[in-house]
Amino acid sequence: MSTLFYLSSTIAIASTILVITRYHPVHALLYLAVSFLAVGMIFLSLGAPFVAALEIIVYAGAIIVLFIFVVMMLNLGKDTAQQEKEWLKPKVWLVPSALVLVLLVEMIILLFTDSDQPLKVSVVDPRRLALSLYGEYIIAVELTGFLLMAGIVGAAHIGKHMHTPLHRFLQNGEGKKEKPKPLRPVESLKNEQTVLHDQ
Amino acid sequence: MINSAHMVLIVASVLFALGLVGVLTRKNVVFMLISVEIMLNASGLAFVAAGAKWQQPDGQVMFLFILAMAAAEVSVGLALVLQIYHQHKTLDVDRLKELRD
Repeated sequence: MSTLFYLSSTIAIASTILVITRYHPVHALLYLAVSFLAVGMIFLSLGAPFVAALEIIVYAGAIIVLFIFVVMMLNLGKDTAQQEKEWLKPKVWLVPSALVLVLLVEMIILLFTDSDQPLKVSVVDPRRLALSLYGEYIIAVELTGFLLMAGIVGAAHIGKHMHTPLHRFLQNGEGKKEKPKPLRPVESLKNEQTVLHDQ
Repeated sequence: MINSAHMVLIVASVLFALGLVGVLTRKNVVFMLISVEIMLNASGLAFVAAGAKWQQPDGQVMFLFILAMAAAEVSVGLALVLQIYHQHKTLDVDRLKELRD
């Protein structure tokens, strides 16, 4: 168990270092997937198999795929890697890294000055987790549902293309007889309100 | 047998520090979002380690909430990245200065 923990934490730290030093976005995302898988192994060695499965499914599955979709849509390729190489000079990253390293050393010293009790690993099975989640944490589960709903609606609204600077209610109002010309000749966005106004 | 819960917390803080370095040094918005994901994952690791120390499921419950929050955050953040790229044709955070005085 201990060997599994040390091996996977070494892999996690090494691949995270590789994530924040890569120039190409796709290489960084691949190392990020390796890092998430290694953290999932750490969860397994801590006796949390359900959380390990969720880490792999949600983080290494869904979130990485979202990032890869965005990298694909924005067509970030060799040009971005070249740009990153120009931006990431030693005088840019040296001072923040040194400051964060000081904070990290403080944290580690604080952790080591405490008493050092051995950690008994015992598996917390998904049954206890589910009883706790839908027992005393039921309000938090519902609030998380609200948060996800707001996130979906917000992402759908923000991600919509806004071609004209004018709001869609002002485009066909009484003040203007003719529609303002769109900046680019693109397909017009149809929804219920604009369809009703166009008729 | 892991000899103490402190080793797990040290790994979590190292991962958090790496994510913080990524946020501070990168200028590309996509890389900054990736670093924020690393930091959220490290904090979730600390929660699970605390739950394993006391052998209670509460740490894992908190990790589930962090997971849902990270999913919502990354979807809104990536929609913002798409919109920024369509309006400015760049992902450099130094060029985004609408809110500057």
